Amino acid sequence: MASTRAERPRQGGNPRSLRRRLFEFLGSMTLAITLLVALGVASAIGTILQQNQPYQDYLIKFGPFWFEVFKSLGLFDVYSAGWFLVILVFLIVSTSVCVSRNAPRMLKENRQLKTDVAEKSLRAMKLNQAYRLGVEPGIATQGLRRYLGSRGYRLAVAERDGETLVAARKGALNRWGYIFTHVAIVVICVGGMLDSRMLLKLKELTGNLAVETRDLPAAEVPEISRIEPGNPSFRGNVNIPEGQRASVVFLGLRDGYVVQELPFTIEVEDFHVEHYDNGQPKQFKSRLVVHDPDRLDEPLEKTISVNHPLIYEGHAIYQASFADGGSKLDLKAWQLEGDVGHSDALEVEVFEQMPFKLGGERYRLEVGDFRLFNINKVEGPDGEPVERNFGPSFQFKIRDAAGQAREYQNYMSPVEMDGARYFISGMRASVGQSFRYVHIPADDKGSMETFMDLLARLHDREAMARIIERTVGTALGAAGGADDRRGVVSGSMLRLVELFNEGGYDAIGRDVEERVPAEKQEKVFEAYIRVLQTVLLEAYVETLQARGVDVAAMDEAAWAEHQRFLEDAVAAINGLAFYGSPVFLQLTDFEHIQATGLQITKSPGKGVVYFGSVLLTLGVFLMFYISQRRLWFRVREAEGGSEVLAAGTANRRTMDFAREFERMNRELGTALGGGDSKESSRQE
Amino acid sequence: MSVTPEAMVEQLDKSSFWSRLGPRDWGWVALVVVAAVATLVGFGEAMNRFDQGILVGTAVGLVALGWYWRPSQVVSVVTAALSLFAIWRYDALLDGAVNVGSRTLAETANGDFFLQFLVSSQSAIMWMSALFVLATVTYIGALLVRSPFAGRVATALTWSGATMGLVGLMVRWRESYLINLDYGHIPVSNLYEVFIVFAVMTALIYLYYEGRYQSRNLGAFVLTVISAAVAFLLWYTFDRGANAIQPLVPALNSYWMKIHVPANFVGYGSFALAAMVGVAYLVKQRLGGDGENDRLPSLALMDDVMYKSIALGFAFFTIATILGAMWAAEAWGGYWSWDPKETWALIVWLNYAAWLHLRLTKGMKGAPMAWWAVIGLFITSFAFLGVNMFLSGLHSYGEL
Ligand code: HEM
Repeated sequence: MASTRAERPRQGGNPRSLRRRLFEFLGSMTLAITLLVALGVASAIGTILQQNQPYQDYLIKFGPFWFEVFKSLGLFDVYSAGWFLVILVFLIVSTSVCVSRNAPRMLKENRQLKTDVAEKSLRAMKLNQAYRLGVEPGIATQGLRRYLGSRGYRLAVAERDGETLVAARKGALNRWGYIFTHVAIVVICVGGMLDSRMLLKLKELTGNLAVETRDLPAAEVPEISRIEPGNPSFRGNVNIPEGQRASVVFLGLRDGYVVQELPFTIEVEDFHVEHYDNGQPKQFKSRLVVHDPDRLDEPLEKTISVNHPLIYEGHAIYQASFADGGSKLDLKAWQLEGDVGHSDALEVEVFEQMPFKLGGERYRLEVGDFRLFNINKVEGPDGEPVERNFGPSFQFKIRDAAGQAREYQNYMSPVEMDGARYFISGMRASVGQSFRYVHIPADDKGSMETFMDLLARLHDREAMARIIERTVGTALGAAGGADDRRGVVSGSMLRLVELFNEGGYDAIGRDVEERVPAEKQEKVFEAYIRVLQTVLLEAYVETLQARGVDVAAMDEAAWAEHQRFLEDAVAAINGLAFYGSPVFLQLTDFEHIQATGLQITKSPGKGVVYFGSVLLTLGVFLMFYISQRRLWFRVREAEGGSEVLAAGTANRRTMDFAREFERMNRELGTALGGGDSKESSRQE
Repeated sequence: MSVTPEAMVEQLDKSSFWSRLGPRDWGWVALVVVAAVATLVGFGEAMNRFDQGILVGTAVGLVALGWYWRPSQVVSVVTAALSLFAIWRYDALLDGAVNVGSRTLAETANGDFFLQFLVSSQSAIMWMSALFVLATVTYIGALLVRSPFAGRVATALTWSGATMGLVGLMVRWRESYLINLDYGHIPVSNLYEVFIVFAVMTALIYLYYEGRYQSRNLGAFVLTVISAAVAFLLWYTFDRGANAIQPLVPALNSYWMKIHVPANFVGYGSFALAAMVGVAYLVKQRLGGDGENDRLPSLALMDDVMYKSIALGFAFFTIATILGAMWAAEAWGGYWSWDPKETWALIVWLNYAAWLHLRLTKGMKGAPMAWWAVIGLFITSFAFLGVNMFLSGLHSYGEL
């Protein structure tokens, strides 16, 4: 591309006009490369900083100062930021200017073959070579024509002053490649902008649209946050429960959303998930009915799935996600405070919020989600990780009067682990944390009752006093201890149980630290635990007896199993000390209602972008794989034949052309009785 | 000797493209056509239009590739033979049963000498790994002691490694269907599989340039990056068990994947190659540039390879990104979502667009462009690996 680099001659010292200079700046390579790099860097920023998260999250992450700075720079939504748009617009303008400047010249070059090139210019070309041929100029020229013509060169021959100049050119398509590629960039950017949110931004700027940040049902969203069906391009989401319909989608915008109304109504008849044999989801499918009385004689039925959307009236309807659609759950609420171990039946729906009162405190239960399958990785029999379905679970929050909430995930059925079965409940104090799990052992009937009975007993002062009395009796009885000593021992044992109930082993540890000199702490703690275990065992045996189990008749194996149960139960009670909920919610039954998550888009620019893409592909290949070459051969009479001065240029700076140039001249020389090469030069 | 001027001129005609094709080229066509027709006759009923189209397209592509680059004929034939052999062993041992599950399949493979030690996908991939590492060592040795013989051995090892990698992929494809018809998919669906594609693709592109420029001395550099990929692959296999064949998540279950991913890896492979040639360039320049007894090819040649390979990569990366956009339009509801993987593909693309502009319009060459090509590999690697490791997005495959 020698000519692109060539400086335009300054006209008589006249300062170039501003317009001219601006035009040149816009079409300059420096600007082009700067823009390419700038666009790359800007795009990278948007990937490193997660985009379009709730503002609250950014505030926590960056603090109020940087939050404001980043917000005003538009860093939370880089790809819609004004400055990002400016880069894009500059790229479009610069590329257009570049094409408009280069294309006419290139096309002209493509058409004409210059035959008035002076010897000096020929010798100044990168590749040039002079040699002799053993044939007269006429034959040599004929040979050149033949040689070049059969290799796809276009030719022009001029004779002047007894010299013949053969001009040859090949690869005109290369220039079209340049034009296609660069026009394609403009086309793609314009197409992309057609599908962008510029219209929304404009509406917002002119005060015709306001972002809604409250969590409202679609029907209650005020007019100022709604968009008429006419909007030419949008991309929004909506969750529709099975059996229900909707005629809006939500467009997420910064920290809120606006409601886009649709010109038709979508009814979801059914949503279902197909699974692989290992339980992993294989396909998500929604059976939809589109109601549009204005355009359809009868409703349109269609099942969509991932990778198979429905296109209707310029709207594409995609299977994007799924969610719970308000499943009905039957719960058993076991009290962990107040009347510990007592349970009440409860009916809730997913997304329902239910206030309740317990032990004088107010709480609110917020049911968040229900899941039918939970495929988790667990260690298989041979140590390899295997996937296992843990069955249904539901997720909820319990919020106290101060507004503090903890989140829970409870599985419905007991899960087998290491040969025993447990009801699993996960707890976390904030969304960012991972769940901590409590494993409540299931009894031999697969129920939680034995555990809850034991828990109730441990909280029953009278029962515990009786049990402790009996334990102390057996321990001290033989030695015949005094009554007051018995009283002291019993009292402290009861305290131990209470400490354990309230705060697990930690509470006992703290108590020891407070009251016992440092050097004795470990010993005392161990003694306490041993005592506690004895009491717990007694309490467990009594629980079993109360449930009608004949403990005396148990064989060794059965007894070992019960010991394991007790160990697990104690671990669970220890865990419950940190559970933070006044109730344990056990899922007993459910009716699964799902909602399908649809994404609905209208993108009029898509065809434009695809057209641009085809142009781009075509252009890139033409540009890379068709090289434009120009050759000149000046032939003139010399003694014993003719003398040739060959010169050539190509717009690919590769070695191929240099090699080809050499080969060409060698072949011509060999075929036309060439002599030695007089001089040749290649400048790099 | 007297030749008439007419005859002299006559012989300057360029022989046409068709007349330059020899018996071997036509034999190749015959072979590919027979194979394609046999497939269509035998399995045409089980194929839909798209499958048949792909089959015909593949046949045309193989013919063109074989004509343009003859050694590819050998690789294709050996790959086909070994893969068919493996498929036949499996079918014979399983009595044609399908949906056998991964455990039974593994037991079957372990119970057969050929499968266990040669052509089950796992063994083939291990062979590939070993051969590439050996090739790397041999190339380095050949470079250091200037042994043409060792160079030829290294080339042979690289060819074998690439072939075994291809066999591994083909057999894995079949294995996925044997485990469960539902699981069946082309093995370009997760990070483990695409690493194999990357190693094979880079090796083949390198071998092409090696033949084209008749120079083996860049092998030490290029194969190093392949060995690095192999090291990752082995870690990924043994530490993470990533080689297990898993069914596809719904979004990946699409025809687009079959063309989008391979096109991407022509791009990644070429960029990696360009970067390693860039390293060779810089090393040579450090050591004083072109001289009498050069070990490495001339700076000009390396510069040329760098340009060609970036151009090739750019062209395919353009196609891959466009195909990706079309796929996204079908799977996610929009051809462009500024998803991190998408965005990084754009960044890679912009980076090389800038490189090509400097090179073509400003005529920049030499060390700065070599450095840039090397940095380009870091950007490319981030797009390829880093995004999966550090950024979350819609792209659902290959979390580490
Ligand atoms: C996103 C924007 C752009 C892309 C993707 C792009 C892409 C390309 C590509 C791939 C090449 C070919 C390099 C080669 O042949 O190896 C090229 C060449 C070129 N581009 Fe761009 N380009 C862009 C913008 C621009 C702009 C804004 C200008 C104006 C200054 C420009 C001017 C040129 C010129 C003059 C050539 C050389 C053509 C030739 O000699 O064959 N490009 N471009």
